Amino acid sequence: MKEFGYTIIKQRTIDYDQFNGRLLNEILLMEPSFKVCLSCGGCTATCSAGDLVNFNIRRMNLLLRRGETAELESEIQKCMLCGKCMLVCPRGINLRNVIMLIKKNISRNKTTKY
Amino acid sequence: MKHIVIIGGGIAGIETASALTDAGHWVTVIEKDTRVGGKLNNWSYLFPDFTPAEKIAESLLEKCREKDFSILPDTEVKAIIRNQDKFNIHTSGNQNLEADAIVLATGYELFDARRKEEYGYKIYDQVVTSADLEQLLRPGESLTVAAGKNPKRIAFVHCVGSRDEKTGNHYCSKVCCITGVKQAIELKKRLPEAEIFCFYMDLRMYGKHFEELYREAQEKYDIQFIRGRLSEASEKIDKSLLIKAEDTLSGRPLKMNVDLLVLLVGMEAGKGTASAAFSCGVNCEESGFLKSMDSLLRSNISQQEGIFLAGSCTAPMSLNDTLLHARSAAIEVNNYLKKSIK
Repeated sequence: MKEFGYTIIKQRTIDYDQFNGRLLNEILLMEPSFKVCLSCGGCTATCSAGDLVNFNIRRMNLLLRRGETAELESEIQKCMLCGKCMLVCPRGINLRNVIMLIKKNISRNKTTKY
Repeated sequence: MKHIVIIGGGIAGIETASALTDAGHWVTVIEKDTRVGGKLNNWSYLFPDFTPAEKIAESLLEKCREKDFSILPDTEVKAIIRNQDKFNIHTSGNQNLEADAIVLATGYELFDARRKEEYGYKIYDQVVTSADLEQLLRPGESLTVAAGKNPKRIAFVHCVGSRDEKTGNHYCSKVCCITGVKQAIELKKRLPEAEIFCFYMDLRMYGKHFEELYREAQEKYDIQFIRGRLSEASEKIDKSLLIKAEDTLSGRPLKMNVDLLVLLVGMEAGKGTASAAFSCGVNCEESGFLKSMDSLLRSNISQQEGIFLAGSCTAPMSLNDTLLHARSAAIEVNNYLKKSIK
């Protein structure tokens, strides 16, 4: 077949109706402190991994809340679990536990569409 | 004639005293300091229109001079004892006052910025609080930093000691956002060459003319606003500071070298308020501020009958809000005393 160079472009809009929130709810149930993030970015500013690679821990919250699971799974591998983010968080979120919970639950939930 | 004792001679205390004197009551104000005016005396210019703080302080003093209420300076309350529908107040000056009603107007204290050690207050020379800066903005004061140079780049940090679980203060102190905008403009006027940045989480321009001043800061004074909370500051060999934050809107970590770092410190209930509350059995909120019967209709009424609340001992408040809260306290006290006559 002749290649015309056309591809199907992924929709840019966040289609919130396609999001089922199961992974998010599981994580919030086990680590309720994650509910209160105010996206100040203190965690990202001090992040040891973020100094070296393109990793933004603040965005974990957004990815999870918008169902961007594929990106979440690869991003999460960059965290070194040093815990500096927890020292600066003004809302006292146990971020290390959030990361661990995502790691633990993300593959189990893979078959479901988020 | 009914006697009302007001504890605290700051803005709220004097305004309440003035209004109650006008209503025909006998009023005594107990002030722990030598002069009245409280924290207002530490401020140079006020938001949102740069009114000199002295002008407001002077108008309070004028009320003290003209109106017939008495002030007990350098005095603290030792004990408050309820005696049927009256109160006996024992002071540090060994006086015993009998009152029909009490107004607590014990105000607030500034957050001690040393508790946010990562910002380096009192560790690094070029870190100051908004209260320190206010003194430096007085005419004749010098703003120079290391090696006698004018600061070229200045950063303000919003929410220091507010909205922060690490300091135990969950609440918003309300006035710091607009104070930051005001002081940024004042610095830019003094140092037109300087670049000024404000690091904020949210900008809460809730009051009249606040939003306009924020716009003016951008439009006329080129103040730059970066959405991100500082994680830390560290000193470099030339005494300048390296600060780190995330520029959350571009989603990337940001570092910046600054010559001066201003911490916009929040409000706390303070020891005076805690001890006054303890001595008369008024409850505190989780935040440490005094608890009202409710926050809408009875914000001046404490849970102890005959004891009323005015001003920033109940919550962080601007000067304007404090004056209004004080006047409404006076109305509540007046209503209460009228009822008890019957």
